[in-house]
Amino acid sequence: MSAPSQASFKISMLLNDTRYRGYTFQFTSLLLLFVTFSYLGSNLIRNLEEAGLNISYAFLGEPAGYDINQRLIDYTSQSTHMRATIVGVLNTLLVAFLACLSATILGVVVGVLRLSKNWLISKLMAVYVEAFRNVPVLIWIIIVFTIMTAVLPSPRAFRGEDPSASMIFDAIAFTNRGVYIPAPVFGAGSLIIIFIFLTSILAIFWYRRYATKLLYGTGKLLPVFWPSMAILFVPSFVVFFALGQPISLDYPSLTGFNFSGGWTVRGSLIALWFALAIYTGAFIAENVRAGILAISVGQTEAAASLGLRPNRVMNLVILPQALRVIIPPLISQFLNITKNSSLAIAVGYMDITGTLGGITLNQTGRAIEAILLLMLFYLLISLSISAIMNVYNKTVSLKER
Amino acid sequence: MAAKKSNVAFVRETQLPELPPPSIETGLIKWMRVNLFGGISGTFLTLVSLFAIYYILSGVLPWIFNGIWDTSNVRECKKALEGASGGCFSVLRERWYQLLFGITYPPDQYWRPSIAFVLLFLALMPVLFAQIPRVLLIFSGLYPFIAFWLIWGGTIVAPLVALAGFFVAYFVYQNLVNQSFAVGAVAGLFAAIMTWWVGSFVIRFATEMNVIALEAVASRDMGGFMLNMILGVICVFLSLPLGILLALGRQSSMPIIKWICVIFIEFIRGVPLITLLFVANVVLAYFLPPGTTFDLILRVIIMITFFAAAYIAEVIRGGLAALPRGQYEAADSVGLDYAQSMRLIILPQALKISIPGIVNVAVGLFKDTTLVSVIAMFDIVGMIRGPILASTDWSGVYWELWLFAALLFFVICYGISQYSQWLERQLATDRR
Repeated sequence: MSAPSQASFKISMLLNDTRYRGYTFQFTSLLLLFVTFSYLGSNLIRNLEEAGLNISYAFLGEPAGYDINQRLIDYTSQSTHMRATIVGVLNTLLVAFLACLSATILGVVVGVLRLSKNWLISKLMAVYVEAFRNVPVLIWIIIVFTIMTAVLPSPRAFRGEDPSASMIFDAIAFTNRGVYIPAPVFGAGSLIIIFIFLTSILAIFWYRRYATKLLYGTGKLLPVFWPSMAILFVPSFVVFFALGQPISLDYPSLTGFNFSGGWTVRGSLIALWFALAIYTGAFIAENVRAGILAISVGQTEAAASLGLRPNRVMNLVILPQALRVIIPPLISQFLNITKNSSLAIAVGYMDITGTLGGITLNQTGRAIEAILLLMLFYLLISLSISAIMNVYNKTVSLKER
Repeated sequence: MAAKKSNVAFVRETQLPELPPPSIETGLIKWMRVNLFGGISGTFLTLVSLFAIYYILSGVLPWIFNGIWDTSNVRECKKALEGASGGCFSVLRERWYQLLFGITYPPDQYWRPSIAFVLLFLALMPVLFAQIPRVLLIFSGLYPFIAFWLIWGGTIVAPLVALAGFFVAYFVYQNLVNQSFAVGAVAGLFAAIMTWWVGSFVIRFATEMNVIALEAVASRDMGGFMLNMILGVICVFLSLPLGILLALGRQSSMPIIKWICVIFIEFIRGVPLITLLFVANVVLAYFLPPGTTFDLILRVIIMITFFAAAYIAEVIRGGLAALPRGQYEAADSVGLDYAQSMRLIILPQALKISIPGIVNVAVGLFKDTTLVSVIAMFDIVGMIRGPILASTDWSGVYWELWLFAALLFFVICYGISQYSQWLERQLATDRR
């Protein structure tokens, strides 16, 4: 068989010969794509010219002129749109982090309880999962927001001789203007305590590694849980009292018509956080349940026949295998939480969709620029989370010979 | 023998009847011992959940049973309740049509979407259940045109022309497919476009003459739960073929095609739906020729379809990847070309594996249709937040309305997921 010479090439082979058809096809689609994009681009240029606009990100440097009530960094209405965007980014990350954490805890607890031998509790958890999975998260967000703003008492209800509402432990106040919680105040010497606390955490890791090494080397089993707790808390507490309690709490208190002091957590943040957590928690519960069910009963029995105690069976045999099944969908649920946090705009929480995609867009009229930036932000988060997931999948995938 | 026998004091010659097990090991008591009061923690959990159930029911049941159904505003309702706990369900009665159809759909035409809704189930039946005679699939095929005519109104010629385009395309395709799939498909597409182009003149003429016309309703007049249903149904059905194409493209050996599909899928999956709706709302107009007006509902349908298609593509890609390599090779070895092997061998199997995932995407998509309320469209969430709760008659009646909306979505989404589980059991051919 000799390779076909160039001379035998006919035009019709571009369509009929499988060797060349792929190139024809790709070239055509590239051409179509190019034509479509240039058509859209030329429309864009004409439309912008007609409206007297241009594509420019200069608006990010101009003063924003609006207030943001829930923020992690300093911001005033005189700050730039750029600053407002960063506040929004931090708010997105804050609510996503809180919701991921609580959804995971909720999901794991519910997923395990759904497999409980207790009939009532497993049915109850099934009802929770089905009820929350099958109703749009937007409706849940609005329902929780309604509770936060319309059902909770106003700060006025906390006043007077016989108030109709009272603070929990004299420290936390649930009002329709937000939840007031104590804030830590760091006095002189608090850095030392934080440093010691962090060192204790490192010490725990060292201790556990030492215990494992001792177990493998000599077969001697050291207790781990209680010593870890002791290492974690005792040194920090001793220094805390020795230095005369440099870290204290600033409690919110009622002054005039509103609370002051402490931290204010707005109802919108709580609504978004709580609704995302219970909604996604239902999905995570299903993932956890599926992950545990995916491990065959034989694994439990084999571990038990080796003489492992039930909690060691769970920790050493079942969980490491179940996690391989649970973690990938769990991470995509985290991704969903981050993307769903953009629904903040429905309850007025100032995340990046609320600042950059909401007020900044409306004030400056820079729709294309703002939405492009917004999409890039979410894309960046999604792609980095997928990258982390790929690395994780590589490390836990079964090492087959 | 006799002497030997006498040595034994007593021999039972018949077997004793079985005794019933002890009463604590049978029936309800045993079941409760195992399932409700197994161990200290089990008992504790049971008591806690019993308390939780009691707490919730004691709050909710009186609220439901004391509910008021026949007042015309919230003040009368509060008066009728006399301070007792109870729901003002009269808001559902009074605003029933607004919740279902929105504000601006002409009230004397409500029968049209209602019929379309009922027919939807008739059309879905033969698709969902294989036991129903296959002839009825013809009706399912006609349903989109009937539903369009019923909901949007106008002359019946418009949906007929659209239908004719599909028929012409099919005939051309059938006649030319023997040459090659590509020739058949391209010629069919061309024939359909020609038919629609010619048909557009006929439609213009028929609209002026009002040939068998229903009152035309503009897209912006759609609202309420009807809008959620329209968006959900249309986008699911449009995104399926697009998703299949994207999945095949992503598996393709042609690098340019593959990368176009990968970028499209990853981009769409990486951004929240709400940003795509913003694009539909404010950005898309910049990319169209100046002066074109383009229905908001149509722009939203395009964006939601893209969104769902990217997710469906990933699900189907999983199905394609799960097929054993031998299936692809077998299809090649019997001499099928790419289109034939996909149509006859690969896709039927891959789609079967992907059904649960596709249904999940469909349920998620249907729930996501509520997001259009953020861009000022009055779907059921937009109706409740906007016109109903803002009116002085019904301000403050949150629970009744939100729980009603939640119930509507729950019924449909739960129904779909139950159907998918049933179908999975039906299709589990490898386990039988």
